[in-house]
Order: sequence, then C-alpha cells, then structure tokens
Amino acid sequence: MSIRVGKTSAAADFPILAKTALGNDQLRRNVHHATDVIRNKRALRVDEMPDWQQLRDAASAIKAHTLRHLDHYLEEFERNCTGAGGMVHWARDADEANAIAISLVREYSGDEDHPEVIKVKTMTSDEIQLNPALEAAGITPIETDLADMIVQMGDDEPSHIVVPALHKNRFEVRDLFRKKMGLENLTEDPEALTAAARTYLRDRFLNVKIGLSGANFAVAESGAVCVVESEGNGRMCVTLPDVLITLIGIEKVIPRFADLEVFLQLLPRSATGERMNPYNSLWTGVAPGDGPRAFHVILIDNGRTKLLADEMERETLQCIRCGACLNACPVYRETGGHAYGSIYSGPIGAILSPQLQSLEHSRSLPYASSLCGACYEVCPVKINIPEILIHLRGRVVDEDQKTLGGRLSPESVAMYGAAAAFQSQTRYEAAQRLARTGQLLFKRGDELKHLPGMAGEWTRFRDLRAIPAKSFRDWWKARTKKEAAK
Amino acid sequence: MTEVLERLGHTVEFPLAQTCCGQMHYNTGYQKEAIPLVRRFVEMFADAEAVCVPSASCVAMMREHYELIAKNENDAALLASVQSLLPRIFEFSELLVNRLGVEDVGAAFPHTVTYHPSCHSLRMLHVGDGPLKLLRAVRGLTLVELPDREQCCGFGGTFSVKNADVSVAMLAEKDACVVATGAEVVTALDNSCLMQIYGGLHRSGSSVRTLHLAEILAANEGAR
Repeated sequence: MSIRVGKTSAAADFPILAKTALGNDQLRRNVHHATDVIRNKRALRVDEMPDWQQLRDAASAIKAHTLRHLDHYLEEFERNCTGAGGMVHWARDADEANAIAISLVREYSGDEDHPEVIKVKTMTSDEIQLNPALEAAGITPIETDLADMIVQMGDDEPSHIVVPALHKNRFEVRDLFRKKMGLENLTEDPEALTAAARTYLRDRFLNVKIGLSGANFAVAESGAVCVVESEGNGRMCVTLPDVLITLIGIEKVIPRFADLEVFLQLLPRSATGERMNPYNSLWTGVAPGDGPRAFHVILIDNGRTKLLADEMERETLQCIRCGACLNACPVYRETGGHAYGSIYSGPIGAILSPQLQSLEHSRSLPYASSLCGACYEVCPVKINIPEILIHLRGRVVDEDQKTLGGRLSPESVAMYGAAAAFQSQTRYEAAQRLARTGQLLFKRGDELKHLPGMAGEWTRFRDLRAIPAKSFRDWWKARTKKEAAK
Repeated sequence: MTEVLERLGHTVEFPLAQTCCGQMHYNTGYQKEAIPLVRRFVEMFADAEAVCVPSASCVAMMREHYELIAKNENDAALLASVQSLLPRIFEFSELLVNRLGVEDVGAAFPHTVTYHPSCHSLRMLHVGDGPLKLLRAVRGLTLVELPDREQCCGFGGTFSVKNADVSVAMLAEKDACVVATGAEVVTALDNSCLMQIYGGLHRSGSSVRTLHLAEILAANEGAR
C-alpha cells in the first residue's frame, strides 16, 4: 500500500516547523488578518440562523449514518453514476489513484506529446500528490482556482484547506504574477490581480480538453456529483472540457439528494461566511450535447477505511472540509498551515493526517493543540476534535512505551513518577515537600528561574512563582489541630 | 474558597488523601495512568453532598471523560459511582450561582478587575455569566471587559512545554489584551491559565496581578 498524505513523510515535527513560522512576521500578519476576516464573516452568517444547532445535529447524524453503511452507499453511488453514463474506478491508495488518472489522460489525449489538464481545486489531489505524478508522466496540470494557481506558480504548498494561499498577501501575489506572467506594471489592486489571472486562464479553459476536479458531495441515490466554489473556474472546468475526471474521497458520499439541503446551508456559511456559494455545480453522468462527453470518477480510499473500525476515529471522516476549525484555532492563528507539515492543517489536519497514515507520520500533530475546544464549537458536522486529539495522544504514548527510548524519555519518566505520587497521600505530600526543597536551587526572590528539563521550556519565556513555604494542606492540618485542641 | 463557603454558613471538608483528578495524564496520552487516579477520586468523594472544585478544567475532565473511562474499562461499578457522583460536582462559581443561588458573597475589593473566561469553563462547562454576576456584586470592584476574551491563553497543560514557542505566542496576545484594559487584576476560574498569564505578565515587567475568582470573593478590603 502507498498511503500518502501530501509531503508528510518528509516533514519535520510541528514544534520545529512552528518555530520557523513564528519567526516570520509577515506570514503571521497575513494569517491573523485573513483568519480574523473569515471568522467574523462566519459568525455573522451563523448568528442569523435560528436552527444552526439543529442543522449541525442533522449533518452529524447523516454523516454518521452514511459512514456506518459506507459500503452500501458507495455501491449505490457506483450503480447510479454508471447508469447515468459515468465510469467509476476504485483506488485503494495514492499510487493506484494517480495511475488511473494518468492512464485516463493518456487514453483521451491520443498522440499528444505533452497533454495538459485543467484542474479545479481538489485537496484530495494534493493529498495523493497527483500533480507531481502527472508531471513525471509528461502531463501538465494547470490549476485554475486563483489561490491554487498562486501556490502552483510559486512552487509553494497550500496552507489552508479552503484558502490555500492564505499565507500570502496581495503584494506578494503581485510580485509573483509580475515575475511569472511578465506583467511588469501590474498593481496590487485585487481587481487588477484577478483580471490578470482571468486573462491568463481564459485561453486554457477554452482549449484544454481534459478537466480534473474534486467533489464536495457524491449523491448515492442518483450518482450525482457536487462541487461548490466562488470563482466560476470550477463551473468551467466541469463543463467545458471533452473529458472530466473527478477525484472523490470515499467519505464524500451522502445518501440522498435531499441531504444537500442540510450541507449546502452549513458549508458556505462555515467556510467563507457566505449564505450560498456563488457557484454550485451538480451533474449526473453525461448528457449528449451538454458538457463533457466522458465522465470518470476515481473513488479514493488512501487510508480512510481503517478509520471506520473505531467509533471515535470514524467521526474524523464526517469532515466536509469547510476550514472553520482552522480559522477558529488559536494555534493555527499563530503558525499558519505550513507548520503542520501536511496539506491538511489546523485542528482537522492534526487528527486527519496522522490517522490516514496509521500514525507512521505526523506523530507530533495530536499535540499541536491547547485543547481549547474552539474547533469543536464551530464544526458544522460536530466532530469532537479535542476528544480525538486526546485519543490519538494515547495511541502515540502506547506505541512509544513499546520502545526503551520512549519509556526512558523525560516526559515518560515524569508522567510515571507523577502517577505514582498521585496514588498515595504519603508519596504525594513527600513530593510536595521535595519540590519545595528542590526549588531552592532555582529560586531568585519569589520567582523560579532556569528550571531544568521540560520545565525549562516554561522558564525560558515565562516567570513562575515559587511554591509558598506553607501549602494549603499545611494550613488545613494546622487548623484542624487547633480546632481539635479547643 | 474555604473562607467564602464558611462565610456563607457551609461546612467545608478537605479529605487529605485526595491528590489529582488525572487530567494531566489523560490529556497527554497517558490514559492508563489516569485510571487509578479516577478510581481514587470517585471513592474519595463518593459520600460528599457537594464537591466544590476551584478549577474548571478539572471539572471538565470529570464531566467529559470519567464516564468514558469507566466504559472503556468495562467497569460497571465504577460507571455507576461516576454517574452518581457527577451531578454533585461543581466548579466553584457554579456551586455559588447555580446550586446555592448566591451572587453577593459579601466581598469587598476596591480594584479594577478583568475576567478571562478560561476555555474549559467557557466551552465545556458553559458557566455563562455566573462569574461576572459574582464579580459585579463585589463592593468597590470595577469590572472591565477583556478584548478577544474567548481566545485561549495558550496554557493547554503539557502543551505549554511541549509547544512552548506557540504557547508563548498565544500568551503574548492574551497578555496584550489584559494590559490594554488597564485593569489592576486579571481573574479566572483556573489557576493553570492564571499561572500562564502571570508568567508572561511578570516576565514583561507588568504589574497586573493574577488572582483566582475565589481570592477576590474572599477579600474584604477597605469594607470596614
């Protein structure tokens, strides 16, 4: 199996990447500004909904039900999509999905030496690293979503699942476009930037014969596929080319068309703070004389089925990729997306990336959270992200305890020591006394400075009040004694 | 806390054998090590009329995870004890406002105070404006609103040392908001968050004090 999630296998741990990000003031200003804007817009559009909590409950119930019967609904989708003239391919992992996509492009591009495909935003494509695979096969992928285009042109990585170039401001985009499009006099005016992108893309929309998309939803009862977006590039990608190839993670299936009523209310409000997406494209198979003449779906597992076995882990697959948890997260706010070392960043990335890869990579991500709960509060499908983070920490610790190095790590030793002390009053009080004596080595006035080991990470940046000479316990014991003497 | 509860005419007991609710182990991934601590806690307080906890995050640990832990252990007796105990566990402000129906505890504290709603009190316990009602009833106290108050202070238990750089970046934002209020004192329902907030304030030379809500409610400054 070649389960792959972006470039996680080569990424450094979160604390290391986060430190680099924290040193980049421009990046932090961009992320602060962008997340503030989206967050406030979301709050406005959510507050006006009297039935928001019921919608969340409904969405969570629909997703939970679908995931419990995923085999049934996927087969139903395949039947109906095929019946409507589509072709459904099943891919167990990233390599299989990429191979299917490449062979389809080859099949339809005939004797073209360097075929091109136009793409509409698909995170799944980044997950399986389709673009490098296409390029290695001599195929040129052209990203048409403005942000994806910025990322592709800058040889960059997406830093947000909805707004992939969130880490860049318009001045940086202007400079990139000036360089890559040869537009020396381009200004940073957003209209000028989008106009430049439009001119650049228009010719490709009209001439490239193969389109490649992701999907927000796949409807089992009809075989329909739905893509929502804001720029209209998606509509063009799924209607103009002769051939359309759509990548769908298997968790994207929903049972009924009517279920869209719930999700199409939750998704735009959560993702971009819009009541409705400007473009909602929905198509079923192929229709003669209208849109692509061939339609292929690649259903991708890439580690997902493993999550189905455990009830808590399964909840992760309810995600509709709205990004609300990223915008609400105080950790993401400081570091931006690249610190997560994965194309899936923020709180959802911290649980999704490690699980898809059976904790082989991204092992530091479950700890990249203060467990403040802001992500769970905004999640439109009610994924209890803090609970899943804790669960995954448990799995990481269990695995670490199987190695000698893991058992002897300073954290492990401290945790087992504390656990032993907390199981007995005598040991607990002895530990308190020991701490009070031990702290004298580090006591400067009323403060503790330059503590050793992990505690040094505290005193590196923060002061710490020394433990008082008399504890609450001492006070309580003295008082009880005094009362008994009366 | 003891002083406030006794002032209100209640009898306070402190079982000396109590230690820790198990949150640190549980949240860091040492869930097996938390189990004996959970058992110990539940046994210790089984007969209490009401258990008053001066930490919202400890109460959140109990309410969010104790049942789950008992279920995962397949221990029906533990589950029954947990379910019997949970309704009797209160965070300090909850006990005063919700259980006892008290808002004015007879405190006097002539200072400007701002309140940081800690994440667990806000999003897990949903304590609402109980703490604010208690503060508003304190004589002489001027309450000022904390900007971006619902933003995490960056403590997060072992997160504060495992991801110290990020934790401190979050703290810097929180402390800047605290200082901007011009308050003399910042208060909360969790000493852990206050330890974090203090750590940053004190390091930067600020004279803003950190006090637990109970310390303010116990105060009787300049009242006579």
